[in-house]
Amino acid sequence: MFRSTAVRLSALYMLLFALCAAFLVFYVTAMSERLLSQQTRQAVQEEVVDIQRAYERGGINLLLRMMERRARQPGANLYVIASPNGEILAGNVASVQPGVLNEEGWTNVPFRYEPFAEVGGPRFHLATANVLKLDNGLRIMVGRDLGDPGRFRGIVRRALMVALAIMGLGALIIWFGIGRNALKRIDRMSAASQKIMAGDLSQRLPVGRSGDEFDRLSDSLNAMLGRIEKLNEGLRQVSDNIAHDLKTPLTRLRNKAADAIAETRDDARRNALEGIIAESDQLIRTFNALLMISRVEAGSIAAEMSEVDLSAISSDSAELYEPVAEEAGLALVTEIEPGLIVQGNRELVGQAIFNLLDNAIKYSVESNGDPKIVVKLSRSGGTFRLSICDNGPGVPAHKRVEVVKRFVRLDESRSKPGTGLGLSLVEAVMELHGGSLELSATDEANAEAPGLTVTMVFPGRKP
Amino acid sequence: MQMISPHSPGTDDSAGAKKPAEAIVPRMKILVIEDDLEAAAYMTKAFREAGIVVDHASDGESGLFMGSENTYDVMVIDRMLPRRDGLSVISELRKRGVNAPVLILSALGQVDDRVTGLRAGGDDYLPKPYAFSELLARVEVLGRRKGTPEQDMVYRVGDLELDRLSHEVRRAGKEILLQPREFRLLEYLMKNAGQVVTRTMLLEHVWDYHFDPQTNVIDVHVSRLRSKIEKDFDKPLLKTIRGAGYMIKDEG
Repeated sequence: MFRSTAVRLSALYMLLFALCAAFLVFYVTAMSERLLSQQTRQAVQEEVVDIQRAYERGGINLLLRMMERRARQPGANLYVIASPNGEILAGNVASVQPGVLNEEGWTNVPFRYEPFAEVGGPRFHLATANVLKLDNGLRIMVGRDLGDPGRFRGIVRRALMVALAIMGLGALIIWFGIGRNALKRIDRMSAASQKIMAGDLSQRLPVGRSGDEFDRLSDSLNAMLGRIEKLNEGLRQVSDNIAHDLKTPLTRLRNKAADAIAETRDDARRNALEGIIAESDQLIRTFNALLMISRVEAGSIAAEMSEVDLSAISSDSAELYEPVAEEAGLALVTEIEPGLIVQGNRELVGQAIFNLLDNAIKYSVESNGDPKIVVKLSRSGGTFRLSICDNGPGVPAHKRVEVVKRFVRLDESRSKPGTGLGLSLVEAVMELHGGSLELSATDEANAEAPGLTVTMVFPGRKP
Repeated sequence: MQMISPHSPGTDDSAGAKKPAEAIVPRMKILVIEDDLEAAAYMTKAFREAGIVVDHASDGESGLFMGSENTYDVMVIDRMLPRRDGLSVISELRKRGVNAPVLILSALGQVDDRVTGLRAGGDDYLPKPYAFSELLARVEVLGRRKGTPEQDMVYRVGDLELDRLSHEVRRAGKEILLQPREFRLLEYLMKNAGQVVTRTMLLEHVWDYHFDPQTNVIDVHVSRLRSKIEKDFDKPLLKTIRGAGYMIKDEG
């Protein structure tokens, strides 16, 4: 039961309230007791003064008369006249605690006395008194009953009990208030998260209508779940693709190995083995590219960002690929605005451009379009746009989103070499750089070879 | 990584390609610290076939002990090792004054792994998986580095001469005009004359990009360079080593 916050909170509140109540009760009792005794003392003191005066004016007779009269009044004080050896001569008290009458002045502590026959009451009462010695040796005591010694404690105890009962009731109400309402909602939330942990990512946490803290918490947790579900879905799709796309080369690899075993001629066997190595290398490349993409996407290399000269990277890449293009019968033309600096990772930007140039050359070779590839870099508004334009077969508009995804290739037969990961890496790199990737046709009007322009849009350096 | 593609130009040197290292590498002694015993056994065997003496340690502590007690020409250290991390082995070796060049092998494959590895005192870095030919080429270049005078102003291979100061290239006294990038390509090849240089190493040292070029870009540049330095001459100098890379050498 103490695992419940409601019970723990209520118990804590109860304890605190009880302590406060006890303090209050004792404080109030002590204060009123003090006040009462002050009033008593004052009244007694006044009578002592009266008695003294009466004695001075009319001697012992007047004093006796006065005391007799006063003792008869209802609710009277206590009066005693005693001999010098402490024997009670007259008064409305049967006996007093021994020794009280020997000391003159106020008794220091309440003392016990026995009143005259009171039916049913306790035998002894508590009293406080002032004792006066007359010049003839008689002692006069004026005192006030303090009542039954247990009575006052009884009052205090009752007050405490009442207070504690109220506390208990309060705690119950608090438990109902918090436990029944708010904490039940937390329970519902944890029940939902149990289901989610069990693997049902479509579960959502309950959201109330009040829009309070709990609802806001549920809302953001639900948003988080949505994101996780989406990522998970993406991951599943990727692993499906990987499984599918690795089966083909693995099958080829296996076939080649079988061929190699079957070969009897040395040079033919050597060729088959070399084919196996090439095939394995291609597989390793695919894996490396996949790992690279996921690392770039995870942003784990963000630390290696620095100021890089985009213009220099662009022209270096063009220079690197120019002979390849030429060998393929293509012209590689550059229109590069110099001195454009971005915050970035030179290796990744370079690799992205290499991928795009690879693609451009690969797909331009067999096209009837203008045998030309253009590398363009220019400033546009707050951004830098780096475009690689070819005049190959292009990508139809409705396929342009698709083709960026991992392993997606337009050429279903996969006759051209490649991993199907090039554009995915470029996109991941652009995302890491806070930019974007745009695909468009180089020349929409040319139906036969519209070409493809891939533009890497970099955010310009903040001034 | 090996590149065998239909685009590979000039496979004019297939005869001497089987074990290129055997003939040209002087005896070298290296230490391999690698906990994957199968990989280590394969490496040890392949290095021995290439004429290199190999000591092997399978964890960081014993690797550190062997590395500081013996003298090696090159050390190949895996980044993740039991008992002591590879990078810590390297920095401790450096602290103890061991200056032998270190090649770091890493399966982590983060882009900045290379940077942290080199910062820890490594000299070269190779991500796993790698082709053994790539590892061998890099180890040979590292082992030879001590002996190659950086201050040599003129590199010579046969009748080919490269002047690093004036940027002039001559063959048999006849000047050959090269583009700046072609010059750097030839410079790197000649600096490591007689040794295999892989495509990845060329991309690293000539273009300063540290990844596998994956396509035939480097081959096209090399074949351009080859045509310039060999066009009017009988004797070929720049050889393609199948499945590994390139080597410039005067066959004498």
